[in-house]
Amino acid sequence: MRTGTGGVSVVAPSVAPAASPHVTIRGLAKRFGGAVVYDKFDLDIPRGKLISVFGPNGCGKSTLINMIAGLIPPDGGEVLFDGKPLHAIKFGYVFQNYREALFPWLRSIDNIEYPLKLMKLPKAERRARTERLIVNLGVKIDLNRYPYELSGGQQQLVSIMRALVVEPEILFLDEPFSALDYEMTLFMREQLQRVFVETGTTTVLVSHDLEEAVYLADRILLLSRGPAQIADYVSYDAVRPRTDATLSESEFVKIKAHCLEVFQREVRKG
Amino acid sequence: MKRINFDPYLPIVGVVGLIVLWYVAVWCRVVDPILLPSPTDTFAALYKGMDGGRLGFDFWRTVERTTLATLIAAVIAIPLGIVLGSSERLYRSLEFVIDFFRSTPASAMFPLFLVLFGVGDATKISVAAFGAALVILFNVAYGVMNARKTRLLAARVMGASRLRVLTDVMLLESLPATFVGLRNGVSLALVIIVVAEMFIGSTDGLGHRVFEAQQLFRMADMYAAIFAAGALGYGLNLLFLLIERKFVHWSGK
Repeated sequence: MRTGTGGVSVVAPSVAPAASPHVTIRGLAKRFGGAVVYDKFDLDIPRGKLISVFGPNGCGKSTLINMIAGLIPPDGGEVLFDGKPLHAIKFGYVFQNYREALFPWLRSIDNIEYPLKLMKLPKAERRARTERLIVNLGVKIDLNRYPYELSGGQQQLVSIMRALVVEPEILFLDEPFSALDYEMTLFMREQLQRVFVETGTTTVLVSHDLEEAVYLADRILLLSRGPAQIADYVSYDAVRPRTDATLSESEFVKIKAHCLEVFQREVRKG
Repeated sequence: MKRINFDPYLPIVGVVGLIVLWYVAVWCRVVDPILLPSPTDTFAALYKGMDGGRLGFDFWRTVERTTLATLIAAVIAIPLGIVLGSSERLYRSLEFVIDFFRSTPASAMFPLFLVLFGVGDATKISVAAFGAALVILFNVAYGVMNARKTRLLAARVMGASRLRVLTDVMLLESLPATFVGLRNGVSLALVIIVVAEMFIGSTDGLGHRVFEAQQLFRMADMYAAIFAAGALGYGLNLLFLLIERKFVHWSGK
């Protein structure tokens, strides 16, 4: 596994709990029909970091997080969270298609509280948790509206809140902003960054936009085509909150250029 | 100058046009006046019949039978549709049978049901319920089967059990299709009930009223009964549409 690029620190901060990886993936295997998508795939996901997954089309970015989050069963290998299996932990998952992921028969606030209802928390506790989340994230949407009465970005924000309300140990997002227009995408990036800064939750983000992948990430996981391997696992540790100015800083430009180079090399390999 | 918006009144145009055409036809004697009474006579007969007359009684008899048939159909078909829809393999096994009987004209079943239930209300209602049930069943099953996969997955990812996924997601996902089934079902039930009232040893109901008025050559009464049947069909459909808007507010959004 190659890590880091010239001038970019690859050493994780030496805080004790961050030292051991949060998620360890070993020997992951998956085939669809005859095509081997993953074989003997190993990966460590560090604690409290935001990891972007980026790679050529069809390399299995979404398949990877879907296997980690248990949406697709892997053919082999194991995924452990601090040594525990998936069902022993709390996690959140945000779908690309917010329109189909939210429940249109519930008001937005009841959508957010739904996972707490599954956890059998009493109503007062559910409301208290949701209120706390709303304050922490500075959300100003009228959550008494139904999802279909909100804009696309607001709906996706509701999905993200629904994933966060259980106070997950890890948050998965599968191309969460790709169905939004550019203006809304920029706004939602800031929202996600704020969520991450506020909660420090280990986050895995699949993105098809390199600028977004680098801008939001602590580490960018670059995948190669089938069977998918780690082409590079680049660290980017610009201070947060990052702003528009970050996009023109030399370090950002350098890392983005490096990622693009790796990406194009993988694309050319076919 | 502000222009008045006439758009909300457009549906009236057709109604007024039809009545005008009708008057013209009567005045010009395009059709034998015995076969085509004037709109005035017809609406007078409608009003007199519905206002404590025989027509009003028959109207409510038909409402009763249609409601009962639809209710029986719904009680049987909705749970069955959910069970069939939640197992695609089960549905595929029975799809042909359901499709076959759904395509069979329910009126062809009258003789069979007559043998089973005799001449009376039971036969009329059960044939109508049979027809409506298959329509409802088909729609409910498809509604459940076509539940958005992402929504089911979302519930599962949040830790919902199979039962919770069924009650919290699948049932609600199938509601819009269920209402389509109910609306089609009630329309079909009305058709079958009215036909049954005409021919199967009936002494009341809108079908009986239309048939009797025709036999006695009381054309104004016959047209009045036809309009009453039309209003009933339209009203039932509208009723279900309003219920749907209220309870399935997310439909089509």
